[in-house]
Amino acid sequence: MKFGKKNYWLYILPAILLIGMFVYVPILQNFYFSLFKMNSYTDEKIFVGLSHYVRIFKDDVFYTSLKNNITYALISVICQVGLGTMLAIILESKLTGRLRNFYRNVLFIPSLISVTAVALLWYFIYNPNVGMLNAVLTKIGLENLTHAWLAEPDIAIYSVIAMSQWQYTGYIMILILVAIQKIPSELFEAAEIDGANVIQKALFVTIPNIKEMLLVTSVITVIGAFKLFTEIYVMTMGGPYNTTQVLGTYLYQSAFMFDEMGYASAIAVIIFAITFSASIFQIRMAKSGKG
Amino acid sequence: MKKNMTAKILINLFFLVLVAMIIYPMFWLVLNSLKTNSELYDNSLAFPIKAMWGNYKRAWDVGLSTYFFNSILISSITIAATVFLGAACAYGLVRSKSKYKDIIFFMILGGLLLSPQVALISLYKLLAAFHMYNTRWALIIPYIAFRLPFAVFLMRSYFLSFPIELEEAAYIDGYSTFQTFIKIVLPISRPILSATAIMTAIFVWNEFLFALVFIEDKAKMTVPIGLSNFKDALATDWTVLLAGIVISSIPMLILYLLMQKNFIKALAAGSVKG
Repeated sequence: MKFGKKNYWLYILPAILLIGMFVYVPILQNFYFSLFKMNSYTDEKIFVGLSHYVRIFKDDVFYTSLKNNITYALISVICQVGLGTMLAIILESKLTGRLRNFYRNVLFIPSLISVTAVALLWYFIYNPNVGMLNAVLTKIGLENLTHAWLAEPDIAIYSVIAMSQWQYTGYIMILILVAIQKIPSELFEAAEIDGANVIQKALFVTIPNIKEMLLVTSVITVIGAFKLFTEIYVMTMGGPYNTTQVLGTYLYQSAFMFDEMGYASAIAVIIFAITFSASIFQIRMAKSGKG
Repeated sequence: MKKNMTAKILINLFFLVLVAMIIYPMFWLVLNSLKTNSELYDNSLAFPIKAMWGNYKRAWDVGLSTYFFNSILISSITIAATVFLGAACAYGLVRSKSKYKDIIFFMILGGLLLSPQVALISLYKLLAAFHMYNTRWALIIPYIAFRLPFAVFLMRSYFLSFPIELEEAAYIDGYSTFQTFIKIVLPISRPILSATAIMTAIFVWNEFLFALVFIEDKAKMTVPIGLSNFKDALATDWTVLLAGIVISSIPMLILYLLMQKNFIKALAAGSVKG
């Protein structure tokens, strides 16, 4: 038997079959389903063409959901990537001294806890009667700032968004930290010889050299924002009055609570279009960044 | 110099405020998980009069033990299969001389871009047709399928830099392809295998949507779903629910403490959330 002429199909096939059967087939089938009226109990399907899509673009709840996903994405990029980068740069600049590793580990901890546990914890923190937030505000004399954080339509979605920043800013910070540590130290030394201060070093050495990681983290944050589900499901179920509805929860409710599987499939197609194009954007930018 | 000192103090103050914002909610959680319900209602900021460890036992007995068992079982099988099938596929793709291998790799890579939500409804119908709905396989099989693209992607780049001479030496010693893969390739690839395993573990311990839709039976539920059901089941017994939140958070914290370096490396290599 000569090396190089071996047959590797047996190695490749199991993975391909699984991915094909349980990833590709369902996603392709989802496009097909979106053209039918159907429910979970029967196999009966009524062809309705593109009418689900027409309905989506007239659906107020869909627009609220989309708006919430976009708001979530924007705030998350600003806070997690923006603030996360700032924190990473400060930690790497050694200005924090001895406590550096302590800060790093503490900020990272929330991302180790499962989203469900964090969402439940914050469900209690936001509880208007016994929750931590109102109790602390009352204690420090800011009683007029207390709210029913998850029950007031104007602020509920921001309460959920705030929790995610609490959970994930440290995670993004760590990813950026790793990227900063890969920058050759000569670059910083050269900048120091040229008399650059901390801010100049950050702007002209650090940031240009971690461009790719900034892009990757921004895109995964945006994609994550459009996959949002658990937080909303656990904390508000889309309420009050659908004000915290996001595409993921709206899809779930349409399919499994209102039993409109075809309509839900059409919502899924929208989610697909958004997350898929964001991923393609990431890949193309990463390629051009390297070249 | 003095200016530098002030900057240092201000920056440390800033970080200490952040640390307080992170730690205090968790401290509040642990504090209240050790109280009686009336103490919690009375003043949630106060210390417990007497630590009620019984809350933890109750949370464990009322369902968490089952959910833990399911999560551990499902994540073990998912991790083992993802790592093994992913490694085999990545290795096959690197060593194969087939002209189709690039197309296949791009197809697998495409799987990375597909959001699980989009497959939810079709998978639900598919699993029902295969009589897998409401069995643990309804989670295991889709989890493996959705983690494989990432595993193959990660391991392929590792195998590409793998010295082929080692394998050639093994063939000269009379090893078969499979023996070479198991005894030479896999052991040397430990770092990347463990990175994949860690990422898969994080995924399974967090996954909510599939676990919510594909499992109905309380006895087969995983920790995230079981925990979120506590919210209704224990409507008035909040301190027990808080204890449940603490218990459910422990495995990942331990995993992080045990393998901090690998953990960060895995995350950096993965750069994928959730």
